[in-house]
Order: sequence, then C-alpha cells, then structure tokens
Amino acid sequence: MSAIHINGESYPLPDDPRTTLLDFLHQNLSLFGTKKGCDHGQCGACTVLVDGQRMNACLMLAFQLKGKNITTIEGIGSNTELHPLQQAFIEKDAFQCGYCTSGQICSGVALLNEMAQSDPSIVSAQQDCSTREDIAERMSGNLCRCGAYPNIVDAIEQVIALERQS
Amino acid sequence: MNPFSVQTLGSEGDVEKLNLDAQTRYLAGGTNLVDLMKHQIETPVSLVDLSEWEGASEIEKTGNGYRIGAMVTNTELANFAWREPSLSVLSQALLSGATVQLRNRATTGGNLLQRTRCYYFYDTAKPCNKREPGTGCSALTGMNRIHAIFGTSEQCIATHPSDMAVALMALNASVSVKTAMGKNRDIALREFYCTPGETPERENVLEQGDLITSVYIPAGTRGTQHYYKVRDRASYAFALVSVAAALELNEETIHSVSLSFGGVGTIPWYPKKALEILQGNKFSVQLLEKAIDAELADAKTFGSNDFKPGLLRRVFLSVMLSLAQRQKKQPGHEGALYENR
Ligand SMILES: Cc1cc2nc3c(=O)[nH]c(=O)nc-3n(C[C@H](O)[C@H](O)[C@H](O)COP(=O)(O)OP(=O)(O)OC[C@H]3O[C@@H](n4cnc5c(N)ncnc54)[C@H](O)[C@@H]3O)c2cc1C
Ligand code: FES
Ligand code: FES
Repeated sequence: MSAIHINGESYPLPDDPRTTLLDFLHQNLSLFGTKKGCDHGQCGACTVLVDGQRMNACLMLAFQLKGKNITTIEGIGSNTELHPLQQAFIEKDAFQCGYCTSGQICSGVALLNEMAQSDPSIVSAQQDCSTREDIAERMSGNLCRCGAYPNIVDAIEQVIALERQS
Repeated sequence: MNPFSVQTLGSEGDVEKLNLDAQTRYLAGGTNLVDLMKHQIETPVSLVDLSEWEGASEIEKTGNGYRIGAMVTNTELANFAWREPSLSVLSQALLSGATVQLRNRATTGGNLLQRTRCYYFYDTAKPCNKREPGTGCSALTGMNRIHAIFGTSEQCIATHPSDMAVALMALNASVSVKTAMGKNRDIALREFYCTPGETPERENVLEQGDLITSVYIPAGTRGTQHYYKVRDRASYAFALVSVAAALELNEETIHSVSLSFGGVGTIPWYPKKALEILQGNKFSVQLLEKAIDAELADAKTFGSNDFKPGLLRRVFLSVMLSLAQRQKKQPGHEGALYENR
C-alpha cells in the first residue's frame, strides 16, 4: 500500500517522514536528474510531474505522495528516443550549463498539456498577448542563471507548432 | 527539520479523534509549512496530513453562491473562476500569484493561512515579534520596502502575502471551520484576520485545532472586475501593491463597488473608508481621489516603503478609471476588464 510510483516503478515510501521527494530521489533512488537549486520553491530546478501536473519536489514530503505517479526527467522520453521537447532544447540551444534544464523540460512538458487544454494564464486573457509572452509567463517558475530564456521559449514554441501541425 | 509524528485526516469527522495540541499543525500542500520547517521557523512535533481528506477537493455551485473545499488547489480554483464572470477577479489574483508548479500544489485553506514574507520573520538570527514574541521588530527601523502602511503597530509591520485572500475579501467570502471539539462555525473573511496590535503572533481568529473546511463566496453581479498587481518583476514575486476591484455603474452613478488592497496591509486590506465615500454616489475622478485620500489618511510609512501610498493611489485611480470606461462603453458588463472577455 505505502508505495510511490516513479517513472513506472513502485518503491516503498521512506521511513523518515521528513524526507522530501527531492531528497528521496537523490538519496534513496540515486535518480540525480532532478536538481536541487534553492530547496525552497524559488527556482524550479526540482520540477517533476505528479500525476501529470508539474510541482516542486523540494517542498513535497514524500509520505504525502502515497500511490501517486511521479515522472522525473529520467522518465521523459526513452533510452532510444528523446521527447520532442528534449530534441527541441538541443536544436534551439536552450541551455548553457544545463543545471536548470531537467526542471525546464519537465515544466515545458506539462505546459504543452496545459496550453492544449486552454488553461488560463494571467497574460493569455489579454488581447494583445503573443504566444511567446504567454510561454514566458507560464515558464516563470523556472529560473535560469545562464539566461537561456529566449532559446527555451524558442524550443517550446517549436514543439507547439509541431503539435499543431499534426 | 525537527522530527515529527504523522496523523491522518480521512474525513471531517476525524477532527475530534486527533491529538491537536499547540505543537500540532495541519499539512495541506506544504508549500509554505515545509519551507518554514526547513528554516526552523515552524517546529511542530506532529503533523496532520490532509492529503487523503475525502470530499474537501470539490467546488460546489449553489443557487446563492460557491462553496470551495479547503483542499481545492489554487490551479483548480483559478481555472474554475476563469469561467465564472462574477469570480473573474479571484481567478486573476490566483493566476498572478506564485507559479504554475506552486499553484498546482497549494490549497485554498493553506493559501489563507500562509505566513508573512517579512525578511526578518525568515531570518532566525534577527529579532521578530511575530516569530518570537517579545524580541522586538527588526523591520521598524530596518529594511522595510515590502512592509505594510495600514494596520501596523509598534510590534509588527509585516504584510500579509496572499493574493487570493485580497480577491476573496473584495468578494465578501466567508470561511467555514470545524473546531477541535467538532463544532461548525462560519467567519466572514473581513473579520478573519487580526492586525498585529500587541500580539503579532496571532494572525487570525482561529483557535487551536480549528480546521478550515471550505470557503463560501456569495453569488451576485459585480460588474467589471480587475486585479492589478505591482511587483519587482513581471512574474513569480509577491505584491508591492495590489488592487482587487469590481465596479457596476448605473448611468453615472456607482451602483455597486467591491474593493480590497494587497501588499499594503498587515492583513489583506478592506478599505472601509474609501468604500463608504464611493458607494451610491456619482462617479468622478474627484470622488475617486476623495475616497483614496480618506483611506490613505490612516497610512503610516517607515522609510523604505514611503513610496507605497503614492503607488497605491495611482494604481487605484488607474484601475477604477479603466473599469468605469468599460462600464460606460458596455453598460451591464460583467466579468474581466480585458477587451476580449
Ligand atoms: C517561492 C514562492 C512564491 C510564492 N508567491 C506567491 C504569490 O505571489 N502570491 C501568493 O498569494 N502566494 C505566493 N506563494 C505562497 C503560496 O500561495 C502558499 O505557500 C500556498 O498557498 C500555501 O498553501 P499550502 O496548501 O501549500 O499550505 P501549507 O503549507 O500546507 O499550509 C500553510 C498553513 O496553513 C495551515 N493549513 C493548511 N490547510 C489548513 C486547513 N484546511 N485548516 C487549517 N489550517 C490549515 C497549515 O497548518 C500551515 O500553517 C508563494 C510561495 C512560494 C514558495
Ligand atoms: S530546488 Fe525546488 S524550487 Fe529550487
Ligand atoms: S542553463 Fe545554466 S542555469 Fe539554465
């Protein structure tokens, strides 16, 4: 019963209730793709998907996630095929040091769904807002110290265009 | 983080069976409480996990209003309110707070009870009357750019950080509570928060063990609505000043007006004086100025936040004039100010 599902595998919950999901990924599962930037919800480096919704792993205690399906960067795409957004990050040069990138990609993958189902953002309602401005607002929970922002928006825009075509 | 034990709440009826002493905290999304526990600002010995609470994640639309379960997330509430013209200001307030990641996790009950973002409340090496009563207030003479101008005391000038609460205040919401003894009580949000006075550690009228079960928003036409938030960056920052407003004009007369201010009060600020001047009178710039100046007569600044009265005045005038313009162009309009809504 007390299991948590991560990238399709089930694991027992940690014994110590103080363990955050982020520390659980690192210390118990050696899944280091998810990064710790601030550990206080202020940077988005630790973004993962919980039942498809993006959340900050550093502020969630793992015991609260009993029965949930977590997807980390290791579970986006497969060993043989990149997710279209991962591919777009490479093509658009959407990172420099790469520390924020796993969080950016998890966040971007959720954003694609949110925009496809027309979830509102504070700028999407305004008449003259461009898709780029809307993406920037929706991605504001992911900081990038290298300032790769324009290229990150390019990568997301490219995948949105691809999805609209198909 | 200090060690703690975990209790679980499966339904409202469980409250009476819990051990709810002064060292126990409810844990909802954890986006504020877990952070404060990491900083050792909150050191509970027991947490009541609310994540399996049945029936608390529903939004119910009744004939007279909306009942929002305490565990409804900020994203769920924002998306719902987006489709209800009379709740537009609430949706805008929620969507301008935090980030998608945080809003996906944060809950309605937790948002109302989030603690201040005062730098000194967070800095455990500095005196803070809210964190450690009797130690003094470092903000009075320190860095107080983000601090309050309304409802302050000699003991504390920290602002309440919630955007959602500001909109709910304007919408005249109330909070439903289950007490530790299992009794139900409803509290008008406008009477829910306490200004610091001599007891800045007491932030609201809840008693030990009280569980917020839902928030109720009365239905009604409110005219054109807007939430305007001024902050240090375009997104992912708390308000320096915010105005939640709804205006309904009947020809030139103010038929109804709802207002609340964020970032300026020790509690989400309900501007009674301004509202008394506005309600039922002929709309004019002079009337707006008279109203905001009456409210600002009580403002007190502390050095680095001297800019706030002027900023609030300008934001208020700008928002109210835009709302009036929309009402004149489209009499009877209900919903967001934006042109395409
Ligand atoms: C980086 C960052 C930026 C942010 N920016 C903004 C912003 O711009 N605007 C804004 O408004 N907010 C902002 N927030 C705050 C965020 O909105 C709150 O952290 C969130 O709403 C709290 O909800 P929660 O469910 O996670 O509460 P928790 O952290 O679980 O709980 C908060 C408090 O409420 C109590 N509690 C929770 N539920 C109940 C209940 N049902 N009954 C009784 N007590 C209860 C808990 O015991 C605790 O004391 C930000 C947060 C972070 C980390
Ligand atoms: S590490 Fe979680 S938000 Fe920064
Ligand atoms: S690529 Fe370096 S922090 Fe974003």
